[in-house]
Amino acid sequence: MLRSLQIEPEKCTGCLQCEMACSYQAEGVFNPSKSRIKIFTFHDEGRFVPYTCTQCTEAWCLHACPVEAIVINEATGAKEVIDDICVGCKVCTIACPFGTVNYNQETAVVQKCDLCGGDPECAKACPTQAITYVDSEHSGLERMRAHAAQNLPQDNA
Amino acid sequence: MKHVIVGAGPSGVIAAETLRKVDPTSSIIMIGDEPEPPYSRMALPYYLIDKINEEGTYLRKSSSHFGNKDIDIIRDRVSTIDPKNKSLNLEQHDAISYDKLLIATGSHPITPPIEGMDLPGIHSCWTLEDGRNIVNKAKPGSNVVLMGAGFIGCIILESLALRKVNLTVIEMGDRMVPRMMDQTAGNMIKSWCQEKGVSVHTSTRVDAIEKDSGDSLKVKLDNGEVLDADLVISATGVAANIQFLDGSGLETDEGILVNDRLQSSIADIYAAGDVCQGKDFSTGEYSVQAIQPTAADHGRIAAMNMAGKDTVHQGCVNMNVLDTMGLISSSYGLWMGIDGGESAKLCDNDRYRYLSLSFEDDVMVGAQAVGLTQHVGVLRGLIQTKLKLGKWKDHLIKDPTRIMEAYLANTQAIGHNAGVI
Repeated sequence: MLRSLQIEPEKCTGCLQCEMACSYQAEGVFNPSKSRIKIFTFHDEGRFVPYTCTQCTEAWCLHACPVEAIVINEATGAKEVIDDICVGCKVCTIACPFGTVNYNQETAVVQKCDLCGGDPECAKACPTQAITYVDSEHSGLERMRAHAAQNLPQDNA
Repeated sequence: MKHVIVGAGPSGVIAAETLRKVDPTSSIIMIGDEPEPPYSRMALPYYLIDKINEEGTYLRKSSSHFGNKDIDIIRDRVSTIDPKNKSLNLEQHDAISYDKLLIATGSHPITPPIEGMDLPGIHSCWTLEDGRNIVNKAKPGSNVVLMGAGFIGCIILESLALRKVNLTVIEMGDRMVPRMMDQTAGNMIKSWCQEKGVSVHTSTRVDAIEKDSGDSLKVKLDNGEVLDADLVISATGVAANIQFLDGSGLETDEGILVNDRLQSSIADIYAAGDVCQGKDFSTGEYSVQAIQPTAADHGRIAAMNMAGKDTVHQGCVNMNVLDTMGLISSSYGLWMGIDGGESAKLCDNDRYRYLSLSFEDDVMVGAQAVGLTQHVGVLRGLIQTKLKLGKWKDHLIKDPTRIMEAYLANTQAIGHNAGVI
């Protein structure tokens, strides 16, 4: 069963525990700026939105890579960067239309979410379950249903 | 079905792999004229600084990759094509026939019409062989003149500087990367390079190159200056490899003319990558983009159509990302803006930071960024999805850095979408 990160912004309190957990797992430091998942703030609405790679099927990053440095982990479905092969050309960072592959000037390679090999730290660290790691078949289904209902004429909604 | 692909760059390789996926029983032949396994020119700058070895430039790392996929690679040059008999004449091998043909022959560096360009010591930076020559000659302390500060010039600039050569850059445009970025950004990159000890002459031309004593050269500039050079690197632009198509009847302009299926003027012949004059997403017109993401898209779409799976090419967003001695810049779509369109700009010359967004109504149509590495891809996403920004256009005009927020606000369950779920 493939699993995905399910993100429910309405549950996010903006505590940044996910960013801390991610940066510690990925880089060995507590530094939100090194996190692969990011919390975006909307102060006017009082909202916080966690966002990271959706491991999309299209995988623009993977197809744009000129040296085969981004590969699919068959067990998790994650698109992973192989640091030793990445030359740091950054083409994937402009190819990803979601803006979730970033270049790290210190390491001179790109970085993106790799689902921590199937046990994502961000989901474990989230105290409000705004980030959960669920069966891919179910992620987004409720939202799709709600969105479809919203588009129905009022009488039928 | 017999598919033949001319060219073994990214476009040809992706086309071959796509064909194998969607047309499993077909025969696939890929013809390349360089001695190495298919490699990436994009990786050459990193080879120049010894970050990777030659194998590190290879498009596919496993030596059995193409064999496993039953993709035959022939090392040869196509001399002519014969569309009437659906066959190709090769320089060394017997002619081969095809059912579907893909031309993905890429481009070559152009030689500017300057006296002395044929002297030894003048190289382009295009092939692995060029890379080896540059590595041999660009020794610490040697005088190197780089002609052209376009994308390729700028990207090898860092490699040369790291090899500790005395570097002088000559660009005839009024700024660096004039075809990729505006005055503000191009001049910002110029002063960054100058601060790092590279001599940059813009609005300057090379008049002639002459042989000096020994192996050294004299480079004469149109401002009267004469530079000593141990090595001259010519990076003054590229042109599509279409010469071999003369007399074939295939319609060409800057590149091979294609329709929105990447099909050429002759049925059963397709084109992809740098040699293909494909659809531009932003303008709707057909032009040669000569960039890696476009080569990848073309390869996949051409292959789908060759395999009989009708696939429309929606057009590629022209985009580039560049690292010039540690200053990272990128540009997308109609980065120069459009007549009557609004724009959002943020500029900090002292910190080398620049962000410029261009809009048509409330849709982003172009962008440029200097010094931004986080979430830059969303600029492509905002442009290519034609996302209606609504009030977020005004937010962006106030603070252009909020590009991710603008995207999320219009696509996630927040703000006006909060009721959904």
